Amino acid sequence: MSQGLEHSLTSWSGQALKHQASWIDDLDARVRVVCSGLFALVVVLSHHFIPALLGLLCAFILVKASKLNIKRTLRRVIAMDFFMLTLICILPFTTPGDAMFTVFGLQASWQGLLHALLITIKANAVLLVLFSLVATMSASTLGHALAHLKVPDKLVHLMLFMVRYLDVISQEYKKMRRAMQARAFVMRTNRHTWKSIGYLFGMLLIRSVERAERISDAMKCRGFCGRYYLNDEMKMGRSDLVFSVVFLCFLSLLIGLNINDLFK
Amino acid sequence: MHIVDGALSVPVLVSGAVLSVVGIAIGLKKMDYDNLPLVGVLASVFFIASYIHLPLGFSSVHLIMNGLLGILLGWVAFPALLVALLLQVIFFGFGGLLVLGVNTLNIALPAVIIYYLCYKGIRSENPKVAAIWGAIGGAGAIVITSLMVAFSLALSGESFVLAAKAVLPAHIPIMVLEGFVSYAAVYLIHRVKPEFINKESV
Repeated sequence: MSQGLEHSLTSWSGQALKHQASWIDDLDARVRVVCSGLFALVVVLSHHFIPALLGLLCAFILVKASKLNIKRTLRRVIAMDFFMLTLICILPFTTPGDAMFTVFGLQASWQGLLHALLITIKANAVLLVLFSLVATMSASTLGHALAHLKVPDKLVHLMLFMVRYLDVISQEYKKMRRAMQARAFVMRTNRHTWKSIGYLFGMLLIRSVERAERISDAMKCRGFCGRYYLNDEMKMGRSDLVFSVVFLCFLSLLIGLNINDLFK
Repeated sequence: MHIVDGALSVPVLVSGAVLSVVGIAIGLKKMDYDNLPLVGVLASVFFIASYIHLPLGFSSVHLIMNGLLGILLGWVAFPALLVALLLQVIFFGFGGLLVLGVNTLNIALPAVIIYYLCYKGIRSENPKVAAIWGAIGGAGAIVITSLMVAFSLALSGESFVLAAKAVLPAHIPIMVLEGFVSYAAVYLIHRVKPEFINKESV
C-alpha cells in the first residue's frame, strides 16, 4: 500500500492529475478554485446526512465529468479512508447514545457510528471535488489563479518556486538513494538505517541550498529582479458564468437543506 | 498526523485558521523576495522528506522533520509549510481543505518554538553538542505537534478524547526515529558545511 503511494509521490512535479480533456479544463481556473473552496465550506459545516450525501453525489458527478482516471483517484481517497476506518471503530464506543451492541462491557452507540459516517462522507466529498476541479490543472496554473484571487504575492511566488524545484530535488534524492542501493543498503528498523537516512537528508539539504544559491545567481544574471510576471489574462467566459451560477444554486440548495432541518 | 475535513468543531477550525494567518503574516514579513529561492528549495526538501518511508517493525512511518525546518527557517516555516500542505491536500488528498489552518498551525508552531529553543545550542562549536541539540529539536517538534493534534481533537468534542489520548503514544516511535535522524543530519551538516547553520537564518 505505502509502496504504491510512495511512487506516485516521488514522481510528482507539479503537473495535473492524469485525465482526458473535458469541459472542466476549459473553465476559468479562478472559478474552479473558488467553487471548490465554497463547496468545502458548505459541506463541512452541514450537520445532516442529506446535504452531505448530495455533496458526495455532486463530487462523483464532477469526477466523472472531469474524466479523471477513476482507479487512481479512488486509490488516493482510499488511503484516507483507512484512517477513517479507525475512527468508525472508535467513535461508536466513545459517543453516548442508544446501544447498538456491547463488546466486553463497552457500549457501541448508533449516534457514534452515524457521526463517524458523516465525517467520512464529508471528507470524501471535499477531496473528490478538489481532485476533479482543482487537481486537474497544473500547480503553476493554480498559483496564477491564486495570484489573480489576491492571495499575497510572496505566498504565490513561494508556491511557484517550490513546484519548480520539487522535480530537481526529487531527482537528487533518487540519485542518492540509488547510490545507497548500489552499495547494498536496505532499510531496516535499526540505528544504522536512521543514521544513514539522517546523512542522506543532511546531504540533500546541503546540495539543495547550494543549488538554490546557484539558481538565484543565474536568475539574477539574466535580469531577474525577484518576481515573476503573470502574463496570462484570465477572462470569464459564458461557460464559466453558467457553471458558477449552477454550482452556486446547488450550494444554496445544500444550505437550504440545513436550515430547513433546523426549523423542524 | 493530517486531520481530515469534517472531524473538528467550528471554533477549533476558526481559531486554528486565525492563528495560522497570524503566523503566516509574520513569516511573509520576514521573508524577502531575495531569499525566495532558498525558502522554496527548503520547502520542497521537506515535501520530499515526507515521502521517505522508514520501516518500523511491521509497518512504516514517514519523516516529518518540522523541527529541523524550524531551526533553519524560523517564522518563515509557516508560509513554507502552508504551501507544502496545500499542495499535498489538492494533489494527494492528505488532510482536508478547511482544516488546513489547524494542520498548518499544528506543524508550523512547533517548528517556530524549536527555533527559539535550539537557536543557541545548534550553533555550538562542537559538532556533537550541536547534533544533540538537533536531536532534541527533531524529537521535541514531534512531541509538541502530537500534543497539539491531541488538543485540537479533544477540544472538538467528548467523543474524540479517546482518539486524542491515542495520538501521543502513537507518535513515540516517530519521535525517537526523528531524534536519531535529526542528530545525524545536523552532525553531517556541521562537518560538511558549518557555515550553513552558523550564518544568520532567513
